[in-house]
Amino acid sequence: MMLSISHISKTFNPGTVNAKTAINNLSLDVEKGDFITVIGANGAGKSTLFGAISGSFLTDSGRIVLDGTDITMMPEHKRSKSIGRLFQDPMLGSAPAMSIEENLALAAHRGTWLSRITKKDKEDFRERLSVLGMGLENRMKQPVGLLSGGQRQALTLLMATVNPPKLLLLDEHTAALDPGTAEKVLALTEKLVKENGLTCLMITHNMQSALDLGNRTIMMNNGRIVLDTCGDERKNLSVGDLLERFKDKVGEELTTDRILLS
Amino acid sequence: MDLSSALNLLQTAAELGLISSLTVLSLFLSYSMLNVCDLSTDGCFTLGAVVGAMVAASGHPLLSIPAAMAAGVLSGFITAFLQTKMGIESLLAGIIVNTGLYSVNIAVMGNTSLVNLNFTETIFTKLETALENTPLAGQYKLIIALAAVIIVVLFLSFFLKTNLGLALRATGNNPDMVRSSSINTSVIIIIGLCLSNSFTALSGCLLAQSQKSANIDMGSGMVTIALASLLIGGILFSKRKSTAVRAVCSVVGALIFRLVYTAALRFNMPAYMLKLVSSVIVIIAISAPYLKKQLPKLKRRLELRRKKEVSKV
Repeated sequence: MMLSISHISKTFNPGTVNAKTAINNLSLDVEKGDFITVIGANGAGKSTLFGAISGSFLTDSGRIVLDGTDITMMPEHKRSKSIGRLFQDPMLGSAPAMSIEENLALAAHRGTWLSRITKKDKEDFRERLSVLGMGLENRMKQPVGLLSGGQRQALTLLMATVNPPKLLLLDEHTAALDPGTAEKVLALTEKLVKENGLTCLMITHNMQSALDLGNRTIMMNNGRIVLDTCGDERKNLSVGDLLERFKDKVGEELTTDRILLS
Repeated sequence: MDLSSALNLLQTAAELGLISSLTVLSLFLSYSMLNVCDLSTDGCFTLGAVVGAMVAASGHPLLSIPAAMAAGVLSGFITAFLQTKMGIESLLAGIIVNTGLYSVNIAVMGNTSLVNLNFTETIFTKLETALENTPLAGQYKLIIALAAVIIVVLFLSFFLKTNLGLALRATGNNPDMVRSSSINTSVIIIIGLCLSNSFTALSGCLLAQSQKSANIDMGSGMVTIALASLLIGGILFSKRKSTAVRAVCSVVGALIFRLVYTAALRFNMPAYMLKLVSSVIVIIAISAPYLKKQLPKLKRRLELRRKKEVSKV
């Protein structure tokens, strides 16, 4: 098993009027090579779950085990050696004043702390960039701040996978992009995940791509997993079925302005 | 003013400019690269001066340089430790260390606020004797200052391209990204401030030995003067230039600052105006881009007001 989460909880601002239990006794087992899509209304705890896994904060209780290592109390920067994470905001994942090449070198971290970018590294980066089909391989010396949002997100994806992580967390990483670019980045995501055999969790508001991508879908509500489907059952599911199942389990309609039904 | 005295002035300006450019390079690392405004610079400059002076006075002029730099590293470590591990805000950490260093500096000098190096062997007098009766006699200050600057610039341009240097630049540029990569930003900030403060201390050490005295006020206002030089240097390059070029530009900025200052003194500007001038330069250099952005808004507001008046008529 790649990731085993058992009975984790997280309450923000405990003991105040603003107390919010974002994750409530949640357990989840992820097999190696799983590509799980995560859906749920705003405030369901999806991003908080990712934060708990990647170590943005420590959980109040429960255990998180990644590939046999207990990471429950491990600081974020140590976990990130084996966990890659992408956010919705394309600006978060790269350093704008540094060049494409330097950003990739930072992510790849080849050699020691005092090593510099070698010719071999450059060729490797060029090759990887050409896969994106965005012409970035010819702009390696340019600062990342000059790239468009889609280009930056594609670069971030490349940076997250240059040293294949044990777990890749994608937090609505295409939501801020225009539909065409979003599709491109999504296709690229599939390709990189498949090529590297990555284990991946992806939050999305697009119900259709939640069913199309990956091999398993979980739905969250109020800090719990309310639906977990995979295999044949999932194959035969339509967006309409999904919404119905949600209504059955939770007792109310899944309605937010941000959910995309198509 | 005849030519030789003009050249003399120019040379003094170049010497002082080069020595102070080491502090500018320090801020280039901490302020431009790491995005930390290190307000302990003043105290650290004096610390380097007094530690270097005391070590030289005890008969070890060569040892004075590593000693001063080590003191700078220690001071930088404390500033960085306070802001990364003790939850003290970066600006406040610098101010606290700066205040503490005042007492430390007086203690280092042995409970006085002035150390005289007139009859002490310093690295400058050492080279002066060595160069006697050679064509380079009289250039010893320039040679030492230039050598120090070249070494630091070469070091920086190498260092900022290593993995550690890239991590340092990214920490200043997008800390969120670095935090979510496998790099410990606290360690990076500690390393960065240790390095930058060692340059500041070196700068103070060289100034004290070249002017043959160290006193408690040497460093006061240094952070603003160095920032002014850094920002003047910043005007020289576009953002796309490599970091090595930008480092050289900040040295040039320090030289320009010193030249303009020397020229202003010649035109009877009183010496005490130095700090006000440097403050004004920093204000202009930092606020200009902001004001430039506000200009279209202001223009539009004026235009609308004018139209209103016209419609009233």
